[in-house]
Amino acid sequence: MKITFPHMGNTYIAVKAMFEDFGLEVVVPPKCSKRTLELGTKYSPESICLPLKINIGNYIESIEKGADTILITGSCGPCRFGFYPVIEREILKDLGYDVDIIVFDPPDGNYKELINNITRAVNTKNPIKMLKSFNRGRIILKEVDKLFEFSNKIRAYAVNSYEVDEIMQRFSEDVLKVKGVIETRKLIRRTFEELEKVEIDNTKRPLRIGIVGEIYTVIEPYVNLDIERKLGHMGVWVDKFLTTSRWVEHNLKPSFLGLSEEKKAWEAAKPYIRTLVGGHGRETVGSAIMYAEKGYDGVIQLLPFSCMPEIVAETILKTVRKDYDIPILTLIVDELTGETGYVTRLEAFVDLLKRRREERNFERVLFRS
Amino acid sequence: MSYKIGIPRALLYYEYYPLWKEFFTELGAEIVLSSNTNKSILNAGVSSCVDEACLPVKVFHGHVEELKNKVDYLFIPKFISVYKKEYLCPKLLGLPEMVINSIDNLPPVIDVEINLLKSDDNLHKSVIEIGKIFTSDNKKIKLAFDKAISRFNEYRKLLANGVIPIEAIKVYNKYVNSITTLKNSKYKILVLGHSYNLYDEFLSMKLIEKLQKENMKVITPDIVDIGKINHYISKLPKRMFWSFGRKIVGASSYLIEEKAVDGIIYISSFGCGLDSVLIDLVSRKAKKYKVPFTLVTIDEHSGEAGVNTRLEAFIDMIIWRDRNEDYISTHG
Repeated sequence: MKITFPHMGNTYIAVKAMFEDFGLEVVVPPKCSKRTLELGTKYSPESICLPLKINIGNYIESIEKGADTILITGSCGPCRFGFYPVIEREILKDLGYDVDIIVFDPPDGNYKELINNITRAVNTKNPIKMLKSFNRGRIILKEVDKLFEFSNKIRAYAVNSYEVDEIMQRFSEDVLKVKGVIETRKLIRRTFEELEKVEIDNTKRPLRIGIVGEIYTVIEPYVNLDIERKLGHMGVWVDKFLTTSRWVEHNLKPSFLGLSEEKKAWEAAKPYIRTLVGGHGRETVGSAIMYAEKGYDGVIQLLPFSCMPEIVAETILKTVRKDYDIPILTLIVDELTGETGYVTRLEAFVDLLKRRREERNFERVLFRS
Repeated sequence: MSYKIGIPRALLYYEYYPLWKEFFTELGAEIVLSSNTNKSILNAGVSSCVDEACLPVKVFHGHVEELKNKVDYLFIPKFISVYKKEYLCPKLLGLPEMVINSIDNLPPVIDVEINLLKSDDNLHKSVIEIGKIFTSDNKKIKLAFDKAISRFNEYRKLLANGVIPIEAIKVYNKYVNSITTLKNSKYKILVLGHSYNLYDEFLSMKLIEKLQKENMKVITPDIVDIGKINHYISKLPKRMFWSFGRKIVGASSYLIEEKAVDGIIYISSFGCGLDSVLIDLVSRKAKKYKVPFTLVTIDEHSGEAGVNTRLEAFIDMIIWRDRNEDYISTHG
């Protein structure tokens, strides 16, 4: 059995290490590229949202590398992500690929099926071993997300921001070569140390931008055209509201251990939106408000074209923008997004934020005397 | 003095209007409907709604614009779920919020949450909450709702007898007294799509009427027996969690597998998230059973002439197919 899974940012690092610990062979799909997108676009329904297209591309490229089992998570609505497995299975069947797809659906009252699927995937029935490995995977997920968060900060402060890129590039190459949890954690630690050595300029006061929106677009750098890096080089310290580790925590942490970030966002969003709208629509509104309250300079909302929950959120963000006096930029991506236009909009947004900050400082100087 | 309740003639109006009408009338309120969708409503909606929304949501905004200065209350309930473990479209889930944040100077909006996801008991809570605006007498509210429900069930019976809602609603509103009777037509066309696209004659460009004029019998998902729908939808490898999806996919699976239709036309609004999935499911099945399938995508730029041409071509194809299918040319 050769396992593969769709890409979503850095998730592959944890998933790979975890399954390697089970003694399984893992085929990490090649990094998302133009080819991935072209393959996906060619074989997917025309009007489906972008993540499915990328998923299909990932699968095909993995199957070419020898994978025969695909692992995916599911959901039960109301966002169309819940129907991804059904459509994906049909598409792969039409293409003549003989692969096994294992879906981890939320239990919906039927725990047996979920447990069955898990044991089928990991090839062991020992629950202690499973939990242990799973926990280790979770820790890696957290550490990787921390590493990237840290790199975002350093990039904004660094004298030469491209040094950070070099280190992170080396990391993503090396991580494919190491095997298992222990080696992966070692590599993460080493990369941390390298980042700490980068020369920084402490007099910088970088702009702060929070990134909110649909989870896949926020997390997968190929889809959002590496927005964190682009902004970092413009001297912006970026924070993403959604990361895979936060998602795992939100979904698996028992509620008596305190509020997860997402639940805090629900609270914040309450005056604007009371109920769920599917996907991360409510979190988008809430997190934008939380960023505004923390004093961020601006917020960027990312969504794939025609994403239903985020369209609702976008409408509400219009009011949030006014109420909290914070600039919010909505960027919509799909397979036709051009990089140049995207960069121009980012630059314009950053310019606007800089100017706002200058004006505010200026006012402060004027009225102090 | 009785209150004026504004009901936009869009989206779920096409599903539940008879129910709402009876309920509010029983409570002594006056109902103000917006006019049939037209160009100016569409334009108003397009300019007030966020660009990325789909056509029916934009049109809904247009209807609200028309009503907002004429009524005391606007009725835009927050429909989350109308059946256990099922949802409606995410945009309907957030509809009141979308309207409130897009249009200024609104009268008070009745945006009561209707959520039967976990249990049906929530419905009565929601009903009482709506009724409270008009009377403090809970019994009266309940009575009004029971009456409305029983009339609504009569309306549903009309549908079950094969009257498509576009006609049923007309009968109901007493605009037209007789249902257009069809000559015996040989071909049955299944017209699929969300009710608010199918039955809004402006959005669907009177597609159903045109088909009927060509002497085609039109079937829509609403008139298919609910038992059949449930049976066929349960054959899907995954439980369908959209109520609209169940109806569309279930009805079409039934009719396709029973070979009860000669062709399928799917009317979809551009950028509809549900349809991107549903169309894939339906068209795959249609292809497998060799039933002609065509997709008509509508948005605010749709031109009627182009749709007509496609419709004519589709009808011709169906007729020729029937006439010539077994004919193999001797000329090679």
